[in-house]
Amino acid sequence: MKRYFHSELEDIKNKLILIGEKTNEAARLSTQAFLESDIEKAHTTLELDDSIDELEKEIAHACERYITLRSPVSSDVRLILVAITASHDFERAADEAHNIAKKTKKILSRDGHVKQLTSIEEMSRLACIMVQDAILCLIEEDMGMARSIIERDKAIDRLNLANYKMLTSQEMREEIDDTTRFETILISKSIERIADHAKNLAEEVIYLLTGE
Amino acid sequence: MNVETHSTAKKVEAAQPAATIVEVRNFDFSYGDSQALFNVNMDILENEVTALIGPSGCGKSTFLRCLNRMNDLIDIARIKGGNIKIDDIDIYGKDVDVIELRKHVGMVFQKSNPFPKSIYENIAYGLRIQGVKKKGILDKVVEECLCGAALWDEVKDRLSESAFGLSGGQQQRLCIARALAVKPKILLMDEPCSALDPIATAKVEELIHRLKKDYTIIIVTHNMQQAARVSDRTAFFYLGKLIEYELTDNIFMNPNNPQTEAYVSGRFG
Repeated sequence: MKRYFHSELEDIKNKLILIGEKTNEAARLSTQAFLESDIEKAHTTLELDDSIDELEKEIAHACERYITLRSPVSSDVRLILVAITASHDFERAADEAHNIAKKTKKILSRDGHVKQLTSIEEMSRLACIMVQDAILCLIEEDMGMARSIIERDKAIDRLNLANYKMLTSQEMREEIDDTTRFETILISKSIERIADHAKNLAEEVIYLLTGE
Repeated sequence: MNVETHSTAKKVEAAQPAATIVEVRNFDFSYGDSQALFNVNMDILENEVTALIGPSGCGKSTFLRCLNRMNDLIDIARIKGGNIKIDDIDIYGKDVDVIELRKHVGMVFQKSNPFPKSIYENIAYGLRIQGVKKKGILDKVVEECLCGAALWDEVKDRLSESAFGLSGGQQQRLCIARALAVKPKILLMDEPCSALDPIATAKVEELIHRLKKDYTIIIVTHNMQQAARVSDRTAFFYLGKLIEYELTDNIFMNPNNPQTEAYVSGRFG
């Protein structure tokens, strides 16, 4: 029997998808800001952050309310727990996008443009697809897609490691100043963290579907 | 007992306060020398579900029964002070017709109590004693009330059968339908689901949720999850006193009073 308060679960899921879409937008804009030396996109990323934080709080409150007032069990409890952890993952991924935007702004204000010497473009492309797919597998409760996201994370880890090695090499020390190199290493790490959060989201979808 | 509130939940505010339908002021009530209610003050709002909760003997059922003067049937029952107004009329005033009051304020009891008559007659009976004889009118009201109580589809093909042949949950919904037949504004429910299984309980709860569009519902329940699920506002009674009366969200997520917190979290006593 469908109860009148089950629509509240739909509302929570819709909010979760909304925070996912905003996070996806933040990840896309922040990496584009870096790749295209576009300070406007960095600003827009920073502006998105407050609304994402607010949405996370709204989801936490709605979940607390549902647990307290509706006595959920079984898959409903899992959905609530996933909503709490997934919204936190989205919020953390958005924080990483925020960090990328801030560092890009610093590089641009100092150097005028960003030299593209690393595989950050490829990393960004892969990480953004992972976030997009994480939202999609949450909407469609697609176990196969969740597993493929988890698998794809390793490629990003490898790219990040390669970036680190490249940026700390003697050749790069001569090519780019230390501050920019250090900030670029952190940007690469932030993209890698965004992919980690997408992987966590995929694991949460598996938990939602299987309880494991 | 020392319980602190740990919740960080924000206090919720009512979106649009509804009109007051029941106004209780400084109400004291006793059974002989034993005072059962102490200085109760409460505004019950129209088209809302108000839940009355509290441990056994706290006065919540006594309070409910004061709202349609059911306690008049007990010899030693006495109003010691204060008043209760429904639609601005003091229900304990000298000119009040108690039969009219009870038509206006219907009641559903803990144990379903259908009349030993057919399903149809259970609904039509109240109208018949009011003098309604036309079959067309009676048929219409029976259908409307059974639909209103979400029972029509289950009984429409056996209206002439005995009400005792219905399941416990169906009997309780029949009693709700019977209460609706005399077009009350307020429905009092005294633990209406305590004898029902979870599925029948869920159906009655769904019904309560749907009925509040047209009626004001005041429900006594021992089941706190039920109060949390069905009500807009909750009143917590303890030892005859109204300890806290608030939006249900606030009572269960962030109550003001430590006694309320202790009771709703099961730490009472």
